Amino acid sequence: MTTFQGTENYVASPELLDAVNIAMALEKPLLIKGEPGTGKTVLAQAVAEALGRKLIIWSIKSTTKAQDGLYVYDVVQRLYDSQFGVGGVDDIAKYIKLGKLGEAFSADEPVVLLIDEIDKADLEFPNDLLWELDRMEFYIPETKQTVRAKHRPTVIITSNAEKELPDAFLRRCIFHYIAFPDPEQMTAIVHVHFPALDETLLRQALESFYLLRGIGTIEKKPSTSELVDWLRALQLGGIAPERIAKELPFAGVLLKKDKDVLAAKRRLGL
Amino acid sequence: MFIAFFYLLRAHGLRIGVNEWMTLTEGLSAGLHRSTLGGFYTLCRAVLVHSEADYDRFDRAFLEFFDGVSFDEPLPEELLDWLNKPEDVLRDFRAFLLAQGYDEKTAEEILALFAERLREQKEEHNGGSYWIGTGGYSNFGHSGHAAQGIRVGGVSRWRHAFQVAGERRYRDFRRDNTLDTRQFQMAFRLLRQFSSNAAGERTELDVDGTVRATCDEAGLLSVRYKRPRRNAVKLLMLIDSGGSMEYYASLCSMLFQAAVRANQFKELHVYYFHNCLSPYVYTDPRMRRQDMIGTEWLLRNFDGEYKVLLVGDALMDMYELTQKLYDFEAREAKYSGMDYLRRFCAQYPHLVWLNPESPPPAGGYWGRSYGVIADAVDMYPLSVDGLERAMKKLLVR
Repeated sequence: MTTFQGTENYVASPELLDAVNIAMALEKPLLIKGEPGTGKTVLAQAVAEALGRKLIIWSIKSTTKAQDGLYVYDVVQRLYDSQFGVGGVDDIAKYIKLGKLGEAFSADEPVVLLIDEIDKADLEFPNDLLWELDRMEFYIPETKQTVRAKHRPTVIITSNAEKELPDAFLRRCIFHYIAFPDPEQMTAIVHVHFPALDETLLRQALESFYLLRGIGTIEKKPSTSELVDWLRALQLGGIAPERIAKELPFAGVLLKKDKDVLAAKRRLGL
Repeated sequence: MFIAFFYLLRAHGLRIGVNEWMTLTEGLSAGLHRSTLGGFYTLCRAVLVHSEADYDRFDRAFLEFFDGVSFDEPLPEELLDWLNKPEDVLRDFRAFLLAQGYDEKTAEEILALFAERLREQKEEHNGGSYWIGTGGYSNFGHSGHAAQGIRVGGVSRWRHAFQVAGERRYRDFRRDNTLDTRQFQMAFRLLRQFSSNAAGERTELDVDGTVRATCDEAGLLSVRYKRPRRNAVKLLMLIDSGGSMEYYASLCSMLFQAAVRANQFKELHVYYFHNCLSPYVYTDPRMRRQDMIGTEWLLRNFDGEYKVLLVGDALMDMYELTQKLYDFEAREAKYSGMDYLRRFCAQYPHLVWLNPESPPPAGGYWGRSYGVIADAVDMYPLSVDGLERAMKKLLVR
């Protein structure tokens, strides 16, 4: 049995590792939720990397339909070809293009399939995929073909909780919520990005970072990716650690709204 | 033991079906719980809980079920046995599997696999990566506390589960907290009734359908139409403003913003009142004289098709509800605040009241008006959860 233990570049909590392994053992899709910037998407990359499998990413947009993931029948191209006398118009299969899900099913080796931000699509979208994800197959009426998974792909689904996902869909998933990392985990994460960071700088920066996150009036709380950017800015700017808490330099990197910057400064007495 | 846990979780409001329960059994059979309480906790949560909003409910149920098992005290006998005696575990497992409907042969196979893993695990001591992981059976390699049967590692797994559950870290995600505009907006989106379901004229060009049909006809233009999908909901919002509602001004403003930004209703009208409905409502929360609109006019111009959302704390002197109020236009005092509320209820079958204030203690001075109003209308707390329930109520009645 293959298990996921995290990778060199991806720091995962034990709970998350458990959830990934449970999902793989039970062959169920893993649904990941969490604040933006907690590494939901990166998780799939890390899993693929750790297992040495190919990663197929299906990014969902508000206009994405379930059908797009299965296959698209390019009728227009077929019509053109027929008008200009290109050969092979009789062969419908030539005009069937597999979507990401179809690609994952027909792959010759096991793959990791990431369905990114599933909640962006219509409310009905997840339900439209139930059969395909359960049975790992779908039927193409145009060519009377059934596409069946040769190897059950590891399916990872992320959601930003913009929409409620249907119950029937949720029942089939293993669910995990990535909690925001605590300072200890955060230190480990930062060390992955900056192997040689000044300890005092890091400590001061983390202190200010968690202080900012604790301020209730801030609407858009800074996340891990913003912290990493901020640390980079502090490093490049050659800011002395003792100035961080006092002046909050480059606050714009952490806080994206003017209102939030003002709120933070007021609160910190700057 | 497991079935009781199942019903307890359901009693705590987790909508768990047989599907998930079977998945859990499958996971247990595969040894994914690693025979530790920590592993059991993680497995249960991953399989049974579908939203971080329910994490807290799950934690509480888990704590309740394994009640009295504190970190420092000895663990209950049955759990100890279950966790620490491999022979018993195997026997229990067999009984459990048979009870779950596995036939003898399958059960034996699973158990053989299970035993094999146990052996490997013992040899590796803390091999760690295997299903029955470090927290579980690797403990048997040690011998110090054999009489008591608890190993440091085992205890730590227990402690872990209870720490996680005990901290109730996910309290903030409970949906009965008031959160931000975005979540309010999402709640408002529940209030959708697309008219395309109803029989209507096919007036919208169906581009995909047209392309497909045209190509199927070998290029002969075949135009296809479809029914437009539009939200048919008309919403009338009446917000209490001033006085004790000042505390909730920003919350009400957020609700208002969310309703406007959701931008999805066929019509949205917002008016303001003070404490309870009276002969006049206002178009502006400052409630100046020039913003006055007659309530009679409102009732005449908005028919029963509108869904009505009243927002207020329902805390006032009782006389504000019972005293007949003077209407300058009609030059008479015909209706009391309560009468107006009843008239609204009669005219609008879809009417709910959102309240930012938690219920006052019964029998108190302020409690009276709250109770009277809550009796007359469907009242929901002004929180994400409450708003969602209110929206569903507005839709289905």
